[in-house]
Amino acid sequence: MPKRTDIHSIMIIGSGPIVIGQACEFDYSGSQACRAIKEEGYRVILVNSNPATIMTDPDMSHSTYIEPLIPEVLEKIIEIERPDALLPTIGGQTGLNLAVELSEKGILEKYNVRLIGANYDAIRKAEDRMLFKQAMTSIGLDVPRSGIACSIEEGMEIGKGLGFPIILRPSFTLAGTGGAIVYNIEELRDNLANALEVSLNNEVLLEQSVIGWKEFELEVMRDIKDNVVIICSIENIDPMGIHTGDSITVAPAQTLSDKEYQKMRDAAITVIREIGVETGGSNIQFAVNPEDGRMVVIEMNPRVSRSSALASKATGFPIARIAAKLAVGYTLDELTNDITKKTTACFEPTIDYCVVKIPRFNFEKFPGCDSCLNTSMKSVGEIMSIGRTFKEALNKGLRSLETKVFGFESKKLDMELDDGLKYPNPERLFYIKKAFDEGYPIDKIYGFTKIDRWFLINLQEIWFFEKELYMASGLSIDIEMIKKAKELGFSDVHIAKILGKKEEEIRDLRKQYGIMPDYKMVDTCAGEFEASTPYYYSTYEQSNLLTSGE
Amino acid sequence: MKNHGYLVIEDGTIFRCSLFGGKKKTFGELIFNTSMTGYQEIIYDPSYKGQIVVMTYPLIGNYGVNSQDNESYKIHFEGFIVHNLSRVASNWRSEKTLEELFEDNNITGVEDIDTRKITLVLREKGALRAGIFPDGDGNYKHMLEEVFESPSLSGRDIVRDVIKKEPYWWNNEGRYKVMVIDCGTKYNILRLLAKKNLTVYVVPATYPYEEIIKEKPDGILISNGPGDPEPLDYIVKTIKNIVDRYPIFGICLGQQILGQVFGGSTYKLKFGHHGANHPVKDLKTGKTLITVQNHNFCVDINTLNDPQIEITHINLNDQTLEGMHHKKYPVFSVQFHPEASPGPNDAIYLFDYFYQLIEDAKKN
Repeated sequence: MPKRTDIHSIMIIGSGPIVIGQACEFDYSGSQACRAIKEEGYRVILVNSNPATIMTDPDMSHSTYIEPLIPEVLEKIIEIERPDALLPTIGGQTGLNLAVELSEKGILEKYNVRLIGANYDAIRKAEDRMLFKQAMTSIGLDVPRSGIACSIEEGMEIGKGLGFPIILRPSFTLAGTGGAIVYNIEELRDNLANALEVSLNNEVLLEQSVIGWKEFELEVMRDIKDNVVIICSIENIDPMGIHTGDSITVAPAQTLSDKEYQKMRDAAITVIREIGVETGGSNIQFAVNPEDGRMVVIEMNPRVSRSSALASKATGFPIARIAAKLAVGYTLDELTNDITKKTTACFEPTIDYCVVKIPRFNFEKFPGCDSCLNTSMKSVGEIMSIGRTFKEALNKGLRSLETKVFGFESKKLDMELDDGLKYPNPERLFYIKKAFDEGYPIDKIYGFTKIDRWFLINLQEIWFFEKELYMASGLSIDIEMIKKAKELGFSDVHIAKILGKKEEEIRDLRKQYGIMPDYKMVDTCAGEFEASTPYYYSTYEQSNLLTSGE
Repeated sequence: MKNHGYLVIEDGTIFRCSLFGGKKKTFGELIFNTSMTGYQEIIYDPSYKGQIVVMTYPLIGNYGVNSQDNESYKIHFEGFIVHNLSRVASNWRSEKTLEELFEDNNITGVEDIDTRKITLVLREKGALRAGIFPDGDGNYKHMLEEVFESPSLSGRDIVRDVIKKEPYWWNNEGRYKVMVIDCGTKYNILRLLAKKNLTVYVVPATYPYEEIIKEKPDGILISNGPGDPEPLDYIVKTIKNIVDRYPIFGICLGQQILGQVFGGSTYKLKFGHHGANHPVKDLKTGKTLITVQNHNFCVDINTLNDPQIEITHINLNDQTLEGMHHKKYPVFSVQFHPEASPGPNDAIYLFDYFYQLIEDAKKN
């Protein structure tokens, strides 16, 4: 279907101030969307209270309002600008919540503004915990057992029936605000009041705990013709119980067999159809029991999200840009893949590298704040790294955090080792490293952390190689060892520390032996098609090419 | 310590690499597969007979292998190339590691190699013959000569190498009887037919049409299979004799057989389609299916001149033929794999459609 001609002007709501859980990723998405809509010839009206964004640059839209993101102000802007449509799915949870309020107050109807991307019913169904669960059950998908409470008394009653631990999830909140894991009656009572308070509709969901299960996310896109594609799968290294925003995550999923992945893919497609997100992207989260593969749907975000920004960069598929085009009526098969310029956008990206996201914490700024990780997001930023293997990407990622760590190093730690493993915290990787030092077997570490053994063993392999390198430190440097270290993602600084040398010495040595990075492409298709606008990542893979056929 | 070896491609490209599993000398046509999951199903897919498969996704073996996800009674392909083999398998269904599977079955695997470089060579030059050589197997020139002497896929009938010689029942209870002309069928085709409450009787591709008629099937499925469809004139002949008698469903090689039955010819694609993300447009609904594909050969859409043939599916990336339907007979086929395994289930409804055709034919 060609683009819509019944609308001429579109209002976009930005995500407002940068807060924990809603940071520059929404500016990234918002700018993509503004450009995409503007180039289609629509008049773009942007509202965002945060002037320190790219999307509020003068040439991004036709008129920009830097005003508070509250319904009263939005109504005035709507009165002046008379937009034909409102695209609420670009500005994070803020944009979505405002669209709900504007709908409920009758403002959209009054000024004849259509919601595009996701309509009111779809937003309600996805965001209202109870409606969502009912919808999932009606399509035969499994969800954790739960009950909804509007008062403390109700909550206490439901809690007794579920058994502890219980997860509290207030409706219509961002980044798990007000959410908590409670282990007993006292904790339940203490946390209910706050959870009810922060919820937009004073509603909180109490949910059977699936803490310790594996957590996955799928980024899904749908168009008006009901074509649905999966852009990216993401596996959380951290198990359920830690907010996705605070989890170390990997793309694509590493430990799902094809049968399990397809089951999740089928479920995601059914979910986006059932919820009724007509066009655009959604993020759907699943938990999988590592013991028997039981899969439950956790939640869905009917909008671009932090994860979709990550998925875009990880695959080369511009989710927000395409979502904006779909919102104005295009279908996926009418759009081209921006990277190959030849193949269609109606496909599923495939990648030939591993992407790791690591959250960045900054508890120094919040003295007194509990640094234990739970269902409320606490990280202030994140890094993304790409490597040919998980080990390489992880080592690269750790040094990008700028926390004076140059890879999977040893670090001074405050907690007792077992506690550091048991209670999720920002330094958990380094506790795992210490556990290797102390000779803890994998199963013991798994028992404490519930981090899948595949990741633990990969970490152990990095640790083991470090030992090997250290053992060789007294001898003359074996150049093969340096090559291997670079392949595993070790930085020159880290290698130098292990060998008791200076960083420059290692770098010079490396150059002398021609151990230099190779630059490989992010091209959406694992090399199957020629790319005209790809981007690159560095890797130290040895090609081992002896002769080429030229 | 790892065993080392060489990958020698007929264009003269030679890689140093490590070997695992059987670690023996092997030859085949080199192709790349872009699926990120499903290595076990790929390893067991009989359609890869004669080929060495390169996985573009670099981390393979993570979730191990199990006894439920096999797609054939044995491994048929000639070799497997991955960037990084996982020594550890982490999944509740895993029974052994990929390395153990290769050791147990004496299959040669290659790792520690730049799979992206290989992929780019194949993208540029098309599918090429290659050999895997353990250390000490002669000099480059000698190895390259051996690769040149190895057979190419074109013009060879390798269906006979993968099929069971005797007919067998996959499922002997069901509402209607489907006879599967086995050209190297994936088990999931059989599983899905059985799940639809169909009796499934599998006969070798060499089965004469007189015998088929004697068995009184209610429907015929022509399966996937390896290699060049052109020399398979005996199957084409069989189908020509029954094409107006039964509902027929062709999958992959099955479509290439039907294409020839209807007067079309087949050709070899540059490097084929091997992956789980191929967009196919259903021309009837206008919707796009994400499909799993595995084929080097294809029916030339321009040679399908029979006015009774309607084109139903097209590949959105290169506009090649993906599906067709006879206007008069209940006969249809697709080039992709509706049975998935590995890959998306978007086209699984075609099995319902086949069932419907059988039911309609029974009623009339």
